[in-house]
Amino acid sequence: MSSAARDARPESFPRAAPAALANAQVRANIRHATGSIRAKRAGVVAEVPDWEALREAGAAIKDATLARLDEVLIELEASVEAAGGVVHWARDAAEANEIVTALVRAEGADEVVKVKSLATDEIRLNEALEAAGIQPIETDLAELIIQLADDRPSHLLVPAIHKNRVEIRDLFRTRLGRPDLSDDPSELAEAARLHLREAFLRARVAISGANFAAADTGTICVVESEGNGRMCTTLPETLITVMGIEKAIPRFRDLEVFLQLLPRSATGERMNPYTSLWTGVRAGDGPKQFHLVLLDAGRTRVLADPGGRPALRCIRCSACINVCPVYRQTGGHAYHSPYAGPIGAILAPQLEGESGAVASLPFASSLCGACYDVCPVLIDIPSILVHERGKAVARERAGVEGRSLKLLGRAFATRARYERAQRLGRSLQRPVARNGWITHFPPGPLAAWGRSRDLPALPAQTFREWWESRDRA
Amino acid sequence: MVDRVALFVTCLADTLFPQVGQATVTVLERLGIEVVFPLEQTCCGQMHANSGYPGEAELLARRFVEIFDGFDAIVTPSGSCAAQVREHFPGLLGGDDRGVPGRTWELSQFLTGVLGLADVGSTYEGTVAYHPTCHSLRLLRVGDAPLRLLRAAPGVELVELPDAEECCGFGGTFAVKNAEVSTAMLDEKLAAVVASGAGAVCACDSSCLMHIGGGLHRRGIDVRPVHLAEILAS
Repeated sequence: MSSAARDARPESFPRAAPAALANAQVRANIRHATGSIRAKRAGVVAEVPDWEALREAGAAIKDATLARLDEVLIELEASVEAAGGVVHWARDAAEANEIVTALVRAEGADEVVKVKSLATDEIRLNEALEAAGIQPIETDLAELIIQLADDRPSHLLVPAIHKNRVEIRDLFRTRLGRPDLSDDPSELAEAARLHLREAFLRARVAISGANFAAADTGTICVVESEGNGRMCTTLPETLITVMGIEKAIPRFRDLEVFLQLLPRSATGERMNPYTSLWTGVRAGDGPKQFHLVLLDAGRTRVLADPGGRPALRCIRCSACINVCPVYRQTGGHAYHSPYAGPIGAILAPQLEGESGAVASLPFASSLCGACYDVCPVLIDIPSILVHERGKAVARERAGVEGRSLKLLGRAFATRARYERAQRLGRSLQRPVARNGWITHFPPGPLAAWGRSRDLPALPAQTFREWWESRDRA
Repeated sequence: MVDRVALFVTCLADTLFPQVGQATVTVLERLGIEVVFPLEQTCCGQMHANSGYPGEAELLARRFVEIFDGFDAIVTPSGSCAAQVREHFPGLLGGDDRGVPGRTWELSQFLTGVLGLADVGSTYEGTVAYHPTCHSLRLLRVGDAPLRLLRAAPGVELVELPDAEECCGFGGTFAVKNAEVSTAMLDEKLAAVVASGAGAVCACDSSCLMHIGGGLHRRGIDVRPVHLAEILAS
């Protein structure tokens, strides 16, 4: 994707989906990748005897934290500062980007290495850094691929899930100056490793996100698979962590629950390869300066709505995405948010104030419920989707669907009107019903149905008419 | 022993699939159960609830409770509508549901769970692929109740439906508002139905069968969509 395409005005999900559906290669890549992660997840979850209790514990810890998030954050700030770190509060994306840019400038650095971070994707930190003349270097392999391709991530955890290795080989051949590369995965990984190793050794500033932050100790936790995160959080002199405020947990020992839930739900591993934990700074060991940027960017608005609030429990495992039949068809780009799939459909509209392209996301679901079944913190995603639909309807009003549903609501309100509507349906269908089927549809709400499906015609007798005739007989 | 039930036929079966309601009556009466059909009934409000119209949904839920309050058991041939009543009415009505949700049963749950039956005297002959509809499976949790009923029917040859638990792509207004994605999901389901080699695809929801059946008909695929009640009533 070119940068022009990336910056194009985002389309609503229904408008963006057809292009995604037309890309057979991407659909095949996504089907294959999500299929294998989801099978692995099911296997390692099944072997945990107290999985349901762990889910309940995870949900309970998150809910208790969200209920007094102000206090937890102030405790976190005090703990981080006591350990020699500096805490910054950012109201929105612009404020967070300004803080980070100023911190990098203060170090006199013109490049930074980055650990994979959804929060920084969300605030588009890389664009802000580039605009300030600072080169961000993504060090997670998949994020590096996305950055080199000038593309957008399409999955929370596997941002380049839509690309196959031939595409990656071609990208590395041109962008890493390695025309000799084959599409062997280990060769591709080695090429990236050589490229990144130089950056790690050179960099004076690193930027990370956070999976968890324990308020009692001020300890930040980043969970990853490649070791790039470990390099970023230990080698450079300055480490800046940008963290959504909902990532705070009250106690260090709460990690016991989340470090069991997250890797199994995310990559289908019993334990992820690298779990980095750090508490402020320490003389002679690791970064000399540590900054924690606490990001609101819509989170307090989500917190204020009890119906949507459970979305803030999310630990970004992406299990919901891997089982979602809608995501499997379209991939992540059609969501126009770093948060794709079911969690994106409830989180992105709330974070962005239910405006723009993401406002269509709560409707991008058949409410099949597969997401809720796998969520490690028991987020009832279908119910929140319905709640968000209600907010969208109350905001937008009317339209053909609104008028139809209002009319239907009135028809269902009394037996007489309902039976009249049934009879009316039978006479209205006369011009289009043939041999018990409607196969050609007039323009209107049913035309979209009729593009790929027929509809049985209304039969001569409703059930209730049959019942009444039977009663009489 | 329950010997009298109220039938909630659902607005969809009443209007578009009367044979499903008739089959439900046939099965219940064959088992010696008196079936009452309150003619005031219309719709449980699921479509309104799921489309973002909680006000309308609440009114329809109150109406439903009013109409069915006098019955010890309410039976419906729809996993999705049963789930709306059982799982969503309590929240919509703020506890003012008079116990109706707990007395409302999807047909297969009623037959296996309440009556403790599996063989209900079906004489259906043919190969059948069973599609567990999303709301019966993940909201109502009917488990293998429909399969136990199908397995107990001597003439039914159950064949495996690949990836059976995947959604067919219906999703109410989703099928229209996101028609392209819905169709892509449907095409996968239809491919699975064809691969199963079954002569009929069976489910506990007329809505999903309308979607699958509409897709089969458009593509000229000779597989019959058939509701569980119709197989059991044969």
